[in-house]
Amino acid sequence: MMRRWMNWHAGFWAALFAVTWALSAYSFPLYKALDARWIIRFPKKWELPTEDWISTFLDWLVDQAHFYLFSFRDMTRALAALIEAPYQFLRDLLIEGFQRGLGDEAVALAPSLSWIAIVVIAMTIAHAAGAWRLALLTGACFLYLAIFGQWDSAMVTLASVLIAVPLGAIGGLLLGIAAYRHPLLDKMLRPVLDLMQTVPVFAYLVPVLILFGFGPVAALVATVIYAMPPMVRVTILALRGVPEEIAEAGRMVGCTERQMMWKVLVPSAKSALMVGVNQVIMLTLNMVIIASMIGAGGLGFDVLASLRRLDIGGGIEAGLAIVVMAIALDRVSQGFATRGLVEPRHGSLIARHPGVSLALAVTLITLILGKFIPAIQSYPEALTLTTGPFWTDAMEWINVNFFDAFEAIKLVVLQGLLLPVKKFFGGIPWAWGIIATGLFAWKLAGVRMGLLAALFMAFIAASGLWGKAMVTIYLCGVSVFLATLIGIPLGVWAAENPRAERIILGLMDTLQTLPSFVYLIPVVMLFRVGDFSAMIAVVLYALAPAVRYAAFGLREVPSHLVEAGRMAGCTPRQILWRIKMPLATPQMLLGLNQTIMLALSMLVITALVGTRDLGQEVYIALTKANAGAGIVAGLSVAFIAIIADRVVNAAARHQRERLGI
Amino acid sequence: MTDETALLDCRNVWKLYGAHADMVLRENPAPDGAYLKSLGVIGAVRGVDVQIRQGEIFVIMGLSGSGKSTLVRCLSRLIEPTAGTIQFEGMDLLGASDAELIEIRRKKMGMVFQQFALLPHLTVLENAAFPLDVQGVDRKTREARAREVIELVGLQGRESYYPRQLSGGQQQRVGIARSLVVEPDLWFLDEPFSALDPLIRREMQDEFLRLQNMLKKTIVFITHDFDEAIRLADRIAVMKDGAIEQVATPEELVLNPATDYVAEFTRHVARAKVIRAGTIMAPLAAEAFAGEVAHDAPIERIADAVEAAGTPFRVMKGGVAVGQIDGRAVVDVLTGRG
Repeated sequence: MMRRWMNWHAGFWAALFAVTWALSAYSFPLYKALDARWIIRFPKKWELPTEDWISTFLDWLVDQAHFYLFSFRDMTRALAALIEAPYQFLRDLLIEGFQRGLGDEAVALAPSLSWIAIVVIAMTIAHAAGAWRLALLTGACFLYLAIFGQWDSAMVTLASVLIAVPLGAIGGLLLGIAAYRHPLLDKMLRPVLDLMQTVPVFAYLVPVLILFGFGPVAALVATVIYAMPPMVRVTILALRGVPEEIAEAGRMVGCTERQMMWKVLVPSAKSALMVGVNQVIMLTLNMVIIASMIGAGGLGFDVLASLRRLDIGGGIEAGLAIVVMAIALDRVSQGFATRGLVEPRHGSLIARHPGVSLALAVTLITLILGKFIPAIQSYPEALTLTTGPFWTDAMEWINVNFFDAFEAIKLVVLQGLLLPVKKFFGGIPWAWGIIATGLFAWKLAGVRMGLLAALFMAFIAASGLWGKAMVTIYLCGVSVFLATLIGIPLGVWAAENPRAERIILGLMDTLQTLPSFVYLIPVVMLFRVGDFSAMIAVVLYALAPAVRYAAFGLREVPSHLVEAGRMAGCTPRQILWRIKMPLATPQMLLGLNQTIMLALSMLVITALVGTRDLGQEVYIALTKANAGAGIVAGLSVAFIAIIADRVVNAAARHQRERLGI
Repeated sequence: MTDETALLDCRNVWKLYGAHADMVLRENPAPDGAYLKSLGVIGAVRGVDVQIRQGEIFVIMGLSGSGKSTLVRCLSRLIEPTAGTIQFEGMDLLGASDAELIEIRRKKMGMVFQQFALLPHLTVLENAAFPLDVQGVDRKTREARAREVIELVGLQGRESYYPRQLSGGQQQRVGIARSLVVEPDLWFLDEPFSALDPLIRREMQDEFLRLQNMLKKTIVFITHDFDEAIRLADRIAVMKDGAIEQVATPEELVLNPATDYVAEFTRHVARAKVIRAGTIMAPLAAEAFAGEVAHDAPIERIADAVEAAGTPFRVMKGGVAVGQIDGRAVVDVLTGRG
């Protein structure tokens, strides 16, 4: 019985692969023989005009839409002004100083905070979040920004983050609460959130660019939209995670709905909610960097500009500044999330708030002294160090000495792996591709998912994006394969060896906090543009979940099972392969799922280094401000992501059921 | 049938879970377990009648899944019953509006939870004062009142601790303090001691009896521990599969179990703890007595004295001798004879 079952499964997969391979290899001769061009190209006349519809709709929205009293454009302008004001205030506060009037007639009202004051304030906040070690780390990070001449750009980026994070966090919290209270809203919100998490970041930028114009406000709007969904999810989960008894206790003491939410549920869920805030902060930073393409300025712009100029040193410098800032923001916000409740202090106002008092004092003193000693107001330029030339030389040296080695590696991987896979996916005729995806999803995730997957692929074909989608799938597939190949052994190593665990997982933590943009810098410097560079960047970016989930899955294997194995006389190797690995597969599949999602999101960004996939389509749409094309290509990426997500999750679920976990 | 002294009077209460659960009762007002199962409906509470009298400790006893937690949540309307009536102080509890319900819970009900259900972000003092905070009582008044109940449960000196800094037993003392701060008429305790170690559990039971001697509340107490039920209860309701098997005093349960299920439970109970002198006394016959015992004294407590004496003891009720008890009768109980 079991045997026959296995045979049927193996047979299905073998047949599916064989047919696909044959059609892929012979689609071109087939088209020649039958003179049927539709086999390899989706007929132009059947293409859906989705792009035009969306573009027309957006044009109408911007030019003509009216809501009785005001037009849509008035609304976006009002919204822009609403965001602009606090943003400008923060910029004044952090770098530019307060002025009245414009241009030459500007009268300086008050200077910005001095760099010393900002460092002290950052350290005070870090100290409140954790301890002296965190404060010192944060201080070092900010000092780095000052000493290495990245201060002004970093402060612009910080101003954007400081505006976008509260908006994203509070907006997400309120939406999450509304969804928690009204199941109908929850149901409606769920697919929207799914889609928003899978639509690539560039696709957000296009419509935002059209609605808000080029500039920091558009960048902030895009950032908030991008960073909010995880907060909504975390809020819903956190509120649902409050123990039933605590909610009942609230009801039994006679809380009203409002008291229930704000006095019982939200405070009880606080530490879970702070995890969401940490996510919002990291996503915000990531997006603020990317949004430099539509005018966010700051460190992201520096990186982008250096990449375009091929200014190696400048790119690495700005990239490192982003890394430093990401680390500081991440550690501080995590500190707040894991910090327990603080014992209240007693005494006078100053004794109760030593940090705030110190920060205020330093601000005031530097404000006064800064008037007389410029070095206190802003870090003296003469004292900045630049590492740019050093990095340029280092890269040059590497390129001179290792060029042949790098080229050889690149060639081997390209010829041995990338090109054959590319040819395989590229050759699949679209019609069979739709059917094969449907069969694939049906087999792993059921009939409904099979139909949905086929429908999604049909949409992609009908949008004229089949070829580019195949490039996306091939690059994503190869990258995920490599990330898994490297990541799972690292995860196994981390799970088996505590010393390795500390180092590997620490490294993965840091890798995950880096904005995706940063990955492009070294890759481009070493391997120049092309599919190979893109693949390396994607593998690096998507590695972390493969490692983490593998390590986590192995460590979660119940210890009594391991003990049972040891008592049965298993060698350590047998324990790993026969007991731990099979039980950890569901977790590893979840890791695979995350890896695929990260790979897809990174793949879109690698359009900057010259891949010819859906990401490039979105990027081109962005530069041309063609909303329709951008959204359609973005949706196509989202559809691929959704298919992968559902199918892998279903596989993980099957595996868990089979193991009875 | 109406019981004048009942503070909480609940009649034919049902709670069914499953699709179209409310339709089931309309078609068949008294469905049995098999019928419900055939419909795919779960009968968590099935046709329960209980009257909780003023000032008594009413224990609802049942194993996990017997529906006792669902029942107590129906009584407090944390869960909406599918059918039935519940009267609280003569008022229709199920007909109460949301606002009325909030008012009743604020002023007249208190509840203690199995996992304590303390708010993690509030101190002991703030947790105990929380019900008053919700009512809008000013800080000074509510903290003064909270200090009183904290002292009552023996936690003075720990007012500024957070729940996670306390042991399980201490946390439940905070839970008890919180539920008493509004001086409720009706006090629900949902397995309050089940999450505690056996030694602490016993200590908390003593503490609970001490409090009840002072406060004389009307109590609905849920437990899965038959020994605990016997130790604390004035009356016990034994639940199984959502229905009540028997409601009786501990002594009646042991002496006259209504069903095999109840008998199975009571078989291993130390009878000497439950049976009282008045129950096994013989008519007055002897001329000389070694002493007197109260008619409601458990055998356990008088066994040594009675067994050691050569002559019987007089059993007293209200200052009058109503019977006698001798060593043999005591030994019968202790050894489980007769």
